[in-house]
Amino acid sequence: MDAGLFTANNVWMMVCTALVFFMHTGFSLLEIGLTREKNTINILFKNVFIICVGLLLYYIGGFNLMYPGDFNGFLGFGGFGLPIGADGLTPEYADGGYTYWTDFLFQGMFAATAATIVSGAVAERVKLGAFMIFVIFYLGLVYPIVGSWQWGGGFLSTLGGDEGGFYDFAGSTLVHSVGGWGALIAIYLLGPRIGKFGEDGKPKAIPGHNIPLAAAGVLILWLGWFGFNGGSVLSADPALTSLVLVTTSLAAAAGGISAFITSTVLYKNFDITMFLNGILGGLVGITAGADLMSPLEAISIGLIAGVIIVLGVAFIDKIKLDDPVGAVTVHLICGIWGTLAVGIFGDKAGIDQLMYQLIGIGAAAVFCCLMAFIIIFALKKTMGIRVSKLEEIEGLDLHEHGMDAYHDFRMNQH
Amino acid sequence: MKQVEAIIRKSKFEDVKNALHQIEVNFFSYWDVTGVGNEKQGHVYRGISYSTSDIQRRYLSIVISDEFLERTVETILESAYTGNVGDGKIFVSEILEAYRIRTKENGHSGIN
Repeated sequence: MDAGLFTANNVWMMVCTALVFFMHTGFSLLEIGLTREKNTINILFKNVFIICVGLLLYYIGGFNLMYPGDFNGFLGFGGFGLPIGADGLTPEYADGGYTYWTDFLFQGMFAATAATIVSGAVAERVKLGAFMIFVIFYLGLVYPIVGSWQWGGGFLSTLGGDEGGFYDFAGSTLVHSVGGWGALIAIYLLGPRIGKFGEDGKPKAIPGHNIPLAAAGVLILWLGWFGFNGGSVLSADPALTSLVLVTTSLAAAAGGISAFITSTVLYKNFDITMFLNGILGGLVGITAGADLMSPLEAISIGLIAGVIIVLGVAFIDKIKLDDPVGAVTVHLICGIWGTLAVGIFGDKAGIDQLMYQLIGIGAAAVFCCLMAFIIIFALKKTMGIRVSKLEEIEGLDLHEHGMDAYHDFRMNQH
Repeated sequence: MKQVEAIIRKSKFEDVKNALHQIEVNFFSYWDVTGVGNEKQGHVYRGISYSTSDIQRRYLSIVISDEFLERTVETILESAYTGNVGDGKIFVSEILEAYRIRTKENGHSGIN
């Protein structure tokens, strides 16, 4: 292979790595914006912890658990650390797409996003220590094992024999639904925030304290998605990377517009938080098939994702679960939708493919729910997963951290 | 000496301030206050309707000599008026003493 092409491919992959890293800023700002001021330090602490520990765990064992080489298709382990092979820095390593080091860091940035999804759902009431332990197990074991089933060459990738199998381009299921299932189990075991449901059982609004930060967070996430999906091409292939950026952006735009229209028709107000969630829904929806869709198919996926967002947020409220940032709707429900969409729209559409997609969704669901339940239930029965009532009312910042996010800038304390 | 305290709409603050300047009431303090009352503000957040009874108003504290009292009150009544519920209230009270810190003067010369 031409050395210039190898270099160009590797540079693109490193740019994408940086963009995926930047998504953690977006997740942090969105979560802060949609929650209350008194828990801001706690949210920052969780998000910063996730990126740091996620990367270290991926170094220790995650990378080789997710990409074990030849294995039985269900569980394999390629050893601790980063045992770089003789061809690790040559074009032979990955068809000239990137080096071993780039591979590790790009995949490591992905890994951390799965736990960030859970962070938003459990915000404002989870005990910091318990959350950290959950993250270590979920990121260290659950995420790489599910990833190995598909991206590591495991059983999902060979469901159809030589004709391929389950398809998940950049992780509607493997990243977003994995995070989403963890979030769902976590908020079920954790219970709603005090005041989220009235004595009559009706959901109450707990408005976020900084909507501009939430908006900045979503726009940063959109930018980061250029790396998330664009890098999942695994080279700088001109045709595929440019198509992927187009489908990604069109789905995001369509998701936002459709969520804002749906929410305005249903609730008679222009709710920016629904608009923002709709953009994310479109992004998660296109992620499984971003390289397979025409622009019009990408828009269709986004439009449907936007409607799902508005109805999903109402549904989560209706079944008495409390998800302050809409993480379950955005990442789990739209993740499932995006994964199914591969069997409905685009180059791979067909009944067989739809069945493979359903099997992939089901396998991830069973394993993630089971593991999340075991981890969180064990934590609940031992150290406890929820802060005290007083701590929750006065704010996690004060009790867990002894700090104010906006020192000297406090007007209202809700 | 009297103290006139007025709770007015924030949107009427400039009108009230200008009107008070017209009658030579040039010095007063004000701050933003939050109160509760019958007026409800409707909101919708992520599909859930809710209303708050938190009402944002501006609070003026004006200390004047007795002969200014009538026109001060009248001026605020006129300039803060919209005719809708929530225009605010005015309270008048007696001030026992006033001092100017810089010169240590007291009485009427202390307030102007």
